Amino acid sequence: MHEVSLVESVVALVEDERRKQGFSRVRTIRLKVGMLGHAEPEALRFCFDAVTSGTIADGARLEIETVPGAGWCPRCHQTVPLEERFASCPLCGNVHVRMTAGDELRLAEMEVE
Amino acid sequence: MCTICGCGTSVIAEHANSEQHGGTHGGTAHDHDHAHNHPHPHKHDDHHHEHADGPIDFGKGRAGMYVAGMSQERTISVERDILSKNDAFAATNRTRLQNAGVFALNLVSSPGSGKTSLLVRTITDLKEKWPIAVIEGDQQTSRDADRIRATGAPAVQINTGKGCHLDAHMVGHALDHLSLRSGSLLFVENVGNLVCPAAFDLGEAHKVVVLSVTEGEDKPLKYPDMFAAADLMLLNKADLLPHLDFDVSACLAAAQRVNPRMRSLTVSARTGEGLAAFYSWIEERASATAAPAP
Repeated sequence: MHEVSLVESVVALVEDERRKQGFSRVRTIRLKVGMLGHAEPEALRFCFDAVTSGTIADGARLEIETVPGAGWCPRCHQTVPLEERFASCPLCGNVHVRMTAGDELRLAEMEVE
Repeated sequence: MCTICGCGTSVIAEHANSEQHGGTHGGTAHDHDHAHNHPHPHKHDDHHHEHADGPIDFGKGRAGMYVAGMSQERTISVERDILSKNDAFAATNRTRLQNAGVFALNLVSSPGSGKTSLLVRTITDLKEKWPIAVIEGDQQTSRDADRIRATGAPAVQINTGKGCHLDAHMVGHALDHLSLRSGSLLFVENVGNLVCPAAFDLGEAHKVVVLSVTEGEDKPLKYPDMFAAADLMLLNKADLLPHLDFDVSACLAAAQRVNPRMRSLTVSARTGEGLAAFYSWIEERASATAAPAP
């Protein structure tokens, strides 16, 4: 359950932003989480309130945008959807598809006041 | 608890019976800019008062209106990787290890794959050729570090408490407790867990994933993140193959599918089978970083 550590890292980034930009309260935190990555959105949501309690992010709403997997197929010369990290090209069956999206794990933006 | 590494609950022990200094890490001496330091003495840089030139406009905020006592919400674009703090610690560790001439491997696997036995065997076989040190990660106890020290190699035990993985900040602390000679090999034995340690770069040269033949041959497909992050897979406990239905070629095919760049070696820490190839793999890469001891 490394999602606890990930939410702690989010809180540390929010602290960084507070030092730079100065705000007193965080209303919403928006994350981008790739569907082929190692973080489970439900687990992030599950631990979010407990981990942020007593921090600058206390009471903030968590919004997670999931980013679907995609990859570049060199045989088809185009970006194709990927259901799994190691999936073959859904168009031509080529196993050498280079993943280009779906691995994201970012703090995208926050609503603050 | 420190929000970066949780080191209020983790313990780094240099010697089996030494005083563990977790208290220091959890105490006030170890400040990571916690939420309540207030370095800016009430600056107004979160909103702009245009006193000098323009009009004083209270309708400029997001809400388009002003209510006394209520601040106006705004959206800040951040776009930073959540693991950027860990990655910064990892980059520091990596530079430190390279400058010290130390070649570091991060060993990851499920619990019980034989990582510690593999290390004990490797140290015993290579210690005449290379100075070797070990950082051990476990939730509790210093049993693994004790086993390593019995070989004569120095070992630092990190206890992660409830933590399911090592992170780069913990490893940085552990490095403070090791006096690593130039030309050393450093093995980091991660917490036995085939999921979480994949995400945390520690500053190692390579991740090595250990899979034992008593596990399923489809593990690389079921836990792809770890196998995608590793540069070498050691298929351990090969001495048990005659007693099992484990399909080695199916396992290697699954590993190749998840990570075509990963090398795979079939070994046995018990009999030593296949380990010469592992030692060659280490030497080919370590000689670029760490010169063998004279």
